[in-house]
Amino acid sequence: MNSNPTETRVVNLIFILLSLLMLAPFALVVIISLTGEADLIQNGYRFVPDRLVFTAYEYIFKVPSIIVRSYGVTAAVTVIGTVSGLLVTAMIAYAISRPDYGYRRVTSFYVFFTMLFSGGLIPYYILMTQYLHLKDTIWAMILPGMLSAWNVMVLKGFLAKIPMEIIESAKMDGAGEWRIFFTVVIPLSTPALATMGLLIAFWHWNDWLNALLFIDSQKLVPLQLLLVRMLSSMEVITQNLDKFGIGGLDVSKFPTMSVRMAMVVLAAGPMMVVFPFFQRYFVQGLTVGSLKG
Amino acid sequence: MKENGMFDKTAPSRTDVRTEKRTFGRRRGRFKRNAGLFGLSLPGVLYLLVFAYVPMFGIVIAFKNYRYDKGILGSEWIGLKNFEFLFASDNAWRITRNTVLYNLSFIVIGTAVGLALAILMSRLGRHWVKVHQTVLFLPYFVSWVVAGYIALAFLDNSAGFLNRALESVGLPGRNWYFEKAPWPYVLVVAHEWKSIGFGTLIYFAGIMGINQDYYEAARIDGATGFQMARKITIPLLMPLVTIMLILSVGNMFRGDFGLHYFVPNDSSFAIPTTDIIDTYVFRALRELGDFGMSSAAGFYQSTVGFVLVLLANYAVRKFNEDNALF
Repeated sequence: MNSNPTETRVVNLIFILLSLLMLAPFALVVIISLTGEADLIQNGYRFVPDRLVFTAYEYIFKVPSIIVRSYGVTAAVTVIGTVSGLLVTAMIAYAISRPDYGYRRVTSFYVFFTMLFSGGLIPYYILMTQYLHLKDTIWAMILPGMLSAWNVMVLKGFLAKIPMEIIESAKMDGAGEWRIFFTVVIPLSTPALATMGLLIAFWHWNDWLNALLFIDSQKLVPLQLLLVRMLSSMEVITQNLDKFGIGGLDVSKFPTMSVRMAMVVLAAGPMMVVFPFFQRYFVQGLTVGSLKG
Repeated sequence: MKENGMFDKTAPSRTDVRTEKRTFGRRRGRFKRNAGLFGLSLPGVLYLLVFAYVPMFGIVIAFKNYRYDKGILGSEWIGLKNFEFLFASDNAWRITRNTVLYNLSFIVIGTAVGLALAILMSRLGRHWVKVHQTVLFLPYFVSWVVAGYIALAFLDNSAGFLNRALESVGLPGRNWYFEKAPWPYVLVVAHEWKSIGFGTLIYFAGIMGINQDYYEAARIDGATGFQMARKITIPLLMPLVTIMLILSVGNMFRGDFGLHYFVPNDSSFAIPTTDIIDTYVFRALRELGDFGMSSAAGFYQSTVGFVLVLLANYAVRKFNEDNALF
C-alpha cells in the first residue's frame, strides 16, 4: 500500500517516535541500574547520568546466592510447568480436535465453560492450602498454569488441520490412539506445539500471583516474588526515614536504588533478549486465538 | 477456533433407544470406540475438575461463616450476612465503580489507539512493520511486578524522573504515591503501554485480510490515504471491532490485579482510585484474613461477570452468528 513519499515519511516518523517512547521505560531502568548511588540521590533518575558504573551488579554478585536460587526456582517451575502443561494441553486439545471423537462436544463444552465462570480467588486459595496442602511447595507454582481453556482452544484450532487421512492410515496399520498421538500427531505439529510451549513458558516465567499467595519459605522464592519483596521492603526503608526525619541520612553506602533496578534487569532481561527471536511464533499463537476464520 | 463455531453440532444423538439393556450395550460400545481418545483427554479433564470445577462449588462459602478448622462443608450457613456487610460499606460501590470505569476507558482508548496504529502500520514497508511490531509488543511480556518498578523510576517522590523533570522546568513535583488523583491517568498509560502492541496486532491482521483490489481501485480514482482509511479500511474492520468491543464488555467485571496492585506500589493513599474487585478480594484475604467479605465480593464478581459474558455472547450472536463463542 505505497502512496506518496511525504505521507510515508510522516508515518515512519510517527512510528519511530512511538517506538522510542515504548522503549524509554526499559532504558530508564537499565540506566538507573548503571548509575552511581550518589549521582542518583543528588540528581534523581535520569536518562543521561554523569557516568556509568557497575557497582550495583558487583554488589549483587558479591552475594549471588539469593538471585541464583531464585533463578533456579523460576527455571525449574518454567521447565517442569511447560513440559507437563504442554503435554496435558496437547492431549486434550487433540482429542477434541478429532471430528470422529464421540465425546467431542461435551468435552469441548466442559473445557470452554471454565472460561465463562470461575470460582474466583477465595475458593481457589482454600483448595490449594486446606485441601491440596500445596502451601510452600514448588507445585503451588507449577500446577496452576498447567492447563487453561484458552490454550486448549487455540491448540485445538491448530491440531484440527492435521488431515484425517493420515490418522486413518495409521489406524489401518494397527496403531492405537496413544501411539498415533505420540508418533504421528506430535511430530506433525511441532510448530504449533513450539508456539504454545513458548506461551506457557512465558506465563510461568512472569507468574507472581501464585508465589505471592502460597510461598513463604525463603528457599522457594522465584524471581518475580523476589522483586515483589524488594519493592515493599524499599517502601519500608523510605517510610522509616521520613518518619524519623532523617531523610538526609547517608544511605549512599548502600546502593538501594541501583541494586533494585539491577535486579529487575537481571530478572526480566533474559526474556526481553529472547523474545524478539520468537516473535513470529507469538504473533501466530496470539492472533489465532483472537481472530476466527 | 473454527469458522463454524466452537462446538461440532453434528455429534449423533442417541435418545431413540428403546430398552435400557440396549442403551447400556450401545453406551459401552460407544465408549469402547472412543476409549483411546478419552484416555488422552483424561488428564486434562481431571485437572479442570480439581482446579476449575471444584472451586466453582466453593463459591458457596460466600453464604457461610468460613472457619479453617471446619472446612467448607462444615462451616455454618449464615445466609446473606457477608453480602450485607459488603454492601453496607462503601467498598462495594467503590470497587464496582473503579472496575467498570477502568475497563470502559481501557476499551475506548485501546480500540481507538489500536485501530489508528494498525491503519498507520499498514502503510509502512514490510521490514519496518516487523521492527515496530516487535518494539510495540515488547512490554506485553513484562510482568506487572517489573512494570511497578518502571513506574517507580518515573514517579518516585524524591528521585523519580517525572518530579525531577518538572522541577527542572520550574514546576512543583507531586507526591505521586501519596495522592489519589493522578492514578487513573497513570494506570491508563501503563495499561496502554503494555497492551497496545496486542491491540494493534489484532487490527493489523484484520487489515491484512482486506482485499487489495479495493485500494487499487481507490488509488486509480485518486483517493488519499486518509480517504481510503475512512471509506474502505474502517468500514471493513467494523465487524471485527464490534466483536472485540462486545467481548470486552463481557469482561467488564474482571480486572487486571497486577496493574492495580503493583503499579501504585500497593499504596494505601491510592486505594480510593485504584482499588478494583480483584485487589479488594486479595487484600481482604491476605491482609485482613476476612473470608466473609472477600468471598462475598468474589461471588459478586463471578456471577455478574458470568451474566455479562452470556449477554455479550447473545449480542454477538444477534450481530453475526459465526462469531459467537457458543
